[in-house]
Amino acid sequence: MPTVVLASGSAGQQFTGGQTEFEVEATNFRRLVLELERRFPGLGRQVEESMAIAIDGEIFQDAYAAELKPDSEIYLIPRIGGG
Amino acid sequence: MNYIDSSLKVVGTRPVRPDGVDKVTGRAVFAADTRAAGMLWGKVLRSPHAHARIVSIDTSKARALKGVFAVVTAADFPDIPSEEAFVGEGPMNFRDLALNCMARTKVLYEGHALAAVAASTQAIADAALALIDVTYEVLPHVIDVEAAMAPDAPVLHDDMFTTGVDPKPAKPSNIAKVVTFKKGDAEAGFKDADVIVEGRYTTQPVHQAYIEPHACLASCSPDGQVQIHSSSQGHFMVRAYTAKLLGLNMANIRVNPAEIGGGFGGKTLVYLEPVAVALSRKCGRSVKMQMTREDVFRASGPTSGATVEVTLGAKRDGTIVAAKQVLKYQAGAFAGSPIGPGCMCGFAMYDLPNVDVVGYDVVSNRPKVAAYRAPGAPITSFAVESAMDELATKLGIDALTLREKNAARNGTKTHYGPTHQNIGFTAVLDAVKAHPHWKAPLKPGQGRGLATGFWFNIGGESTAQVHVNEDGSVTAATGSPDIGGSRASIGMMVAEVLGVPPTTVRTIVADTASIGFTHLTGGSRVTFATGMAATQAAEKVVEDLKKRAAQTWDIPVEAVEWKDGMAYPAGSNAGAFEPLDLATLALKAARTGGPLVAEVSVNAQGAGPGFGAHICDVSVDAETGAVTIERYTAIQDVGKAIHPSYVEGQIQGGAAQGIGWALNEEYIYNAKGQMENAGFLDYRVPVASDVPMIEAVLVEVPNPRHPFGARGVGEVPIIPPMAAIANAIRGATGLRMVDLPMSPPKVRAAFDAAG
Amino acid sequence: MAKTYVSATINGESSEFLCETQQTLLDVLRDVIGLTGSKEGCASGDCGACSVIMDGRLVCSCLVLGVEAEGATITTIEGIANGEKLHPVQQKFLEHAALQCGFCTPGLIVATKALLDENPNPTETEARYWLAGNLCRCTGYDKVIRAVMDAAAELRGEAVG
Repeated sequence: MPTVVLASGSAGQQFTGGQTEFEVEATNFRRLVLELERRFPGLGRQVEESMAIAIDGEIFQDAYAAELKPDSEIYLIPRIGGG
Repeated sequence: MNYIDSSLKVVGTRPVRPDGVDKVTGRAVFAADTRAAGMLWGKVLRSPHAHARIVSIDTSKARALKGVFAVVTAADFPDIPSEEAFVGEGPMNFRDLALNCMARTKVLYEGHALAAVAASTQAIADAALALIDVTYEVLPHVIDVEAAMAPDAPVLHDDMFTTGVDPKPAKPSNIAKVVTFKKGDAEAGFKDADVIVEGRYTTQPVHQAYIEPHACLASCSPDGQVQIHSSSQGHFMVRAYTAKLLGLNMANIRVNPAEIGGGFGGKTLVYLEPVAVALSRKCGRSVKMQMTREDVFRASGPTSGATVEVTLGAKRDGTIVAAKQVLKYQAGAFAGSPIGPGCMCGFAMYDLPNVDVVGYDVVSNRPKVAAYRAPGAPITSFAVESAMDELATKLGIDALTLREKNAARNGTKTHYGPTHQNIGFTAVLDAVKAHPHWKAPLKPGQGRGLATGFWFNIGGESTAQVHVNEDGSVTAATGSPDIGGSRASIGMMVAEVLGVPPTTVRTIVADTASIGFTHLTGGSRVTFATGMAATQAAEKVVEDLKKRAAQTWDIPVEAVEWKDGMAYPAGSNAGAFEPLDLATLALKAARTGGPLVAEVSVNAQGAGPGFGAHICDVSVDAETGAVTIERYTAIQDVGKAIHPSYVEGQIQGGAAQGIGWALNEEYIYNAKGQMENAGFLDYRVPVASDVPMIEAVLVEVPNPRHPFGARGVGEVPIIPPMAAIANAIRGATGLRMVDLPMSPPKVRAAFDAAG
Repeated sequence: MAKTYVSATINGESSEFLCETQQTLLDVLRDVIGLTGSKEGCASGDCGACSVIMDGRLVCSCLVLGVEAEGATITTIEGIANGEKLHPVQQKFLEHAALQCGFCTPGLIVATKALLDENPNPTETEARYWLAGNLCRCTGYDKVIRAVMDAAAELRGEAVG
């Protein structure tokens, strides 16, 4: 079961009571979002709208299908724009 | 397909860009160059106050003026609820954006729009603005970031309660959010350190200062069809925001991308378009609006100013064991400074075991910040890379060696979580070491500085079409406004795949009704993401061409190969046929299945991060405090340079902007909170005589996720200059400059303080 | 408001227009005559995007009144090429990739032409100071200066390096 780390103190922790690491049964990003929303109402939406996911070092934005492996390193970080 | 190890004929060469001749002859049509029959001029009334309640607005006299056709205020826009979405270059609250375009109950900065008129001439429009009666209740204002954080500071938004802190605060404040990143145990790390350096650095807001002011031409017909010509980094972004702010259906809005005269992130949100449409909707005429340079400074952009505290702890051998940062970023009047990237980028170049970063997003009575090249990163890196230099000095270690010792490599876990993969930072540092500039002797009185930078780069949604025309020429269309030569790079990638010369391919930017959705031009994503879509579209065309050749020869498609722009029978078994070129296949397209067209939409992931290192030599005039850049070398991992000249251009331009940020640029406010230098005479961007040649060195560590190995290149080069220059000044004078800009008065003052 | 009749030679053609007293030459070129190649970046003579050559002198057209053009000979960016043949300055800007967004480019090309008309063999420093009135925010000036020096060499008939 992959472990997800909520890296930023800002966006997500208000929904998790400060918890930053969770084991989540999910094989893709979409399932992860749904699962987080189920456990911490509001967090899934927060993740989807203002956060990106880094899976094994690669940053994905808006990618429901992004695959999660059981041993994947998964971080939720602020979304990235640019100039 | 992946072409990283292929021998390439077009990619990596330097053809003349497709839009070049139009731009050297004055033909290129920018937004302000557009006209429409019966066009009116729209102008905006802006607040003279930094902070005030709008008691009343009386537009009756303006409306009565002959030649005035429409007047709008916030009452003409829907009062939309707070709703956050990621449309432009960051999370954007639509309500904030609406209030930024047209103030409703309060004006929050000098220059804040609160009414607009459309009139038959510019002079009448100006006269009408003067006839609008506004009663203000002037409120106390606050400009600087730390003053805005003080408990007794005037509060801009009664409903702003700091997020990211537990428990939720009981009182509203100007601190929109707090962001924290922790890795390991910084406190323990510092206890373990032999040497600690601490510093407090400040930066001033600087404007993107594109030479073209914002401009648009909008028309709304009686059936609600809206046409907009405007200068922006994303015409789909203009459509989305205009629809949202006016409550319109997107299909009824068609946005034509004019040539854009520079953006650098500053044209990633709207200021004028919804206002022009609202005016046009009211009077049924086309409305043209353009900002003055003063408006651009007072009401658009800039990026954040900030206070950044940084602490580094290291062992005697130079191994950094702990790092800490506190960042306070100004957001302007509405939440949304680039504090997230600010917290992530400063230490991303290094392999650090224990890190503690706290960032604050703070509103004050300044224009709402907009993205500016690698948003947030130059500020944090000015502090970190200056501190690295202090650390090197204190340890008696060479500045490059210290960085090499602690450099992030593949497999380094960043302090914000993810592990770096396929990065080229050590290759960049190797290039520094190998470059003659690094070893060249300095002239007496000169100093040399080194600084590095990191940016994530982004991918995202892009659409591209490739059409083979009836004569075999090729049109490539994308939805990405071309801000610095992307039509050239996209056309080259298409030409490479098709095996034709780049002159065969004409690349255009299609309007919102003519191509699929494409996220805006920013984050250095176009050559990466739109290039990926265009490459795939060209590959689809090649597959199609092979089918057409197979039909023509009546052989299986597997027996056809595509090479150098022609179909060949694959081997002697396939049969002996003369090769078929694009023109021949295009001529027979009707017989073989119809038009040769492919469209591909992608949401590109895997933008490889970019790293850079700049070497700078300066001399300092102790009498005047003036700093002269004597030599400048900018080294960067670009993955693969598609058109090397434009890659170099990005690096040189970014470095020059950084030089301006370092040495001159700043917003100067008077006691009333009004900007005192809203023009190019007093807000001094670098001119040709301020800078030397800037040598751009391209390191190519391919990004495996792009068909040609490209990484974004436009963001990184603005990150290192401020610290590179500060470090060079330190080398030349022994003075550590911690406040930007390092303008002559500040350098003089530093000399005086040092005695 | 009464308009003033003005007659001038613009890009080699005699041109007549009516303009309001307060209209700048830039407004006239862009809004009355329709020559939109000259750009407005500041309207205060600081950016040089509106550069034109007036009676042999490089000026910011935003600082000249339309009525002052009476009897003058004016070259704008639209008059730099010889028909379909680009001027060497234009050609060198293309070859050296001396433009990105292209907004300041007309002004830079007009200013470079004026420089080389007056000083066919400028040093790099002279070129940099001459062009210090033309802001470019994209290029960092490196490739611009290279294009200018190369165009100067070509115009002098020297082998291009």
